[in-house]
Amino acid sequence: MWDFLVDRRGQIAYQAFQHVSLVVQCVLLGTLIALVLAALVYRNPVATSLANGLSAVGLTIPAFALLGILLAPFGFGIAPAVIAVTFYATLPVLRNAVVGLAGVDRSVIESARGIGMSRPATLLRIELPLAWPVILAGIRISTQMVMGIAAIAAYVLGPGLGGFIFTGLARLGGANALESALVGTIAIVVLALVLDLLLLVVGRLTTPRGIRV
Amino acid sequence: MSDPVPTPVAPAAPERRVSGVPIRLEHVTKRYPGQDRPAVDDVSLEIAAGETVMFVGPSGCGKTTLLKMINRLIEPTSGRIFLGDEDVTNQDPDRLRRRIGYVIQAGGLFPHMTVATNVGMVPRMLGWEKPRIAERIDELLDLVGLDPDVYRDRYPRELSGGQQQRVGVARALAADPPVLLMDEPFGAVDPITRHRLQDELIAIQGEIGKTIVFVTHDFDEALKLGDRIVVFDVGARIVQYDTPEAILADPAEEYVAKFVGAGATLKQLTLTRVNSLELRPATTATVGEAAAAAVARARAAGDELIVVLDRRGRPISWPTVAEVSRMTTIPATVDEKLPVVGLGSTLSDALDTMLAASQGGAVVLGRRDRLAGVVTVEMIMDVVQRTRQEAAG
Repeated sequence: MWDFLVDRRGQIAYQAFQHVSLVVQCVLLGTLIALVLAALVYRNPVATSLANGLSAVGLTIPAFALLGILLAPFGFGIAPAVIAVTFYATLPVLRNAVVGLAGVDRSVIESARGIGMSRPATLLRIELPLAWPVILAGIRISTQMVMGIAAIAAYVLGPGLGGFIFTGLARLGGANALESALVGTIAIVVLALVLDLLLLVVGRLTTPRGIRV
Repeated sequence: MSDPVPTPVAPAAPERRVSGVPIRLEHVTKRYPGQDRPAVDDVSLEIAAGETVMFVGPSGCGKTTLLKMINRLIEPTSGRIFLGDEDVTNQDPDRLRRRIGYVIQAGGLFPHMTVATNVGMVPRMLGWEKPRIAERIDELLDLVGLDPDVYRDRYPRELSGGQQQRVGVARALAADPPVLLMDEPFGAVDPITRHRLQDELIAIQGEIGKTIVFVTHDFDEALKLGDRIVVFDVGARIVQYDTPEAILADPAEEYVAKFVGAGATLKQLTLTRVNSLELRPATTATVGEAAAAAVARARAAGDELIVVLDRRGRPISWPTVAEVSRMTTIPATVDEKLPVVGLGSTLSDALDTMLAASQGGAVVLGRRDRLAGVVTVEMIMDVVQRTRQEAAG
């Protein structure tokens, strides 16, 4: 096991970086999409329940199946991996953003409108900052979840640590097969914990002092 | 209904500065889809510049809807709204609202912003220069009785309910709007704080002279604060629009009489304000000065009590001469139970305050919390006596 780590440290480090980079970029993109969607739906009850339904149903689609479906139009490589990971990253953030925006005190919004703040300004300066802790919780859930899903993206030859797991599992019984699968899995768990810690710090730094618990 | 009421013997001081503009509503109606009766049914109303007009009526009578149509948080179905001579019915609502102060229950402060940011919101939207905004914020906090150095950087949750409400008023006044709309602003605070906030509003209004429209369900509050009162029935039908004195003396309908409630004679105490009495001057002492000097002054003036002022000239305690003579210097201890009323307080509030503090008198604050004098229970009893004699004679 140790030899395996030392021999391939360059490759492991490179794939770990690829993995984190895929996850971070997809979560950022997914958050952006989720916030835009949430801003579009949160004031309309019908659209809101539609969005909640979408995020609930979306999360039940097996990652393998989705990747398989994406193979047909996009082929192997980065494109299907990014699309699938972003899809899963969007859903928890969308759900939390809708809940968070709906939870902002009506009287605060009314007073913002009452002193002459426009609709978009109210969303940007009042509603989003107040919903931010809830949205951030969604981003953390999302990051944890897609760390695992990104591993499966190796199935369509996407980047990341999934490659170690898949090659290991394919050659189970062979030399270094178990090591390969274990390294991939453990590295993902460790990186997921590190990312979560980072997000916790980001949360501390970005939550206004007046609403910190 | 909209006929201007003859001007009463003005309850307000004649030298009062007026910076407000008149508000005119013409045949304003609000219909909600799916409801057969309009929430506001063809209301016409004229509010004079610089007056405080109270909207009272049962809940659901449309008084709040009518208020929110003035700044178009609710769009009228038909009718026209004028601020001064300007028809604002079709103006951009956001720009309109920046010219109209708006205060709601608990202030409606933005919890993620500091007191200063909250107060400076409207000036910032209007594009004022930063130094001017900072100066304005301090000026306003001072106006509502909050020390800017202490409160500027606090967050709303670090303030008491009464303080939040004060910041709400400061924010509404930030860009010096001619009109102030207040939607049951003091509904969520305890009665003692509410009385103080009411007193302060009267004092502030005495300084600024805005046109204030104030919705309340508390008739005593309406009597105390209003230059005039509008009593509404369902559909925002105006039942009576008159001065508090006139409504008490001559309720327009059975409905108003019921709303006014029993004990209308004692309610006259609600209409007499502390500033109409000849206040007794008090012997004062400043924190840190020698006690003996203060005692000598009190004895010379024949006072049994000494009002202790802090370095900003605000009363903090009210010890007896005997107590002070046992001290060497005047202490800075703040007496939490010090009975305090404002110049604009009603006699009934003053009496309440004295009873709550078990004292025979109360300290009267003038502008910016400076000492104005002392009111005693005897002075109030004199007024009661006189009113009774007038009623009998």
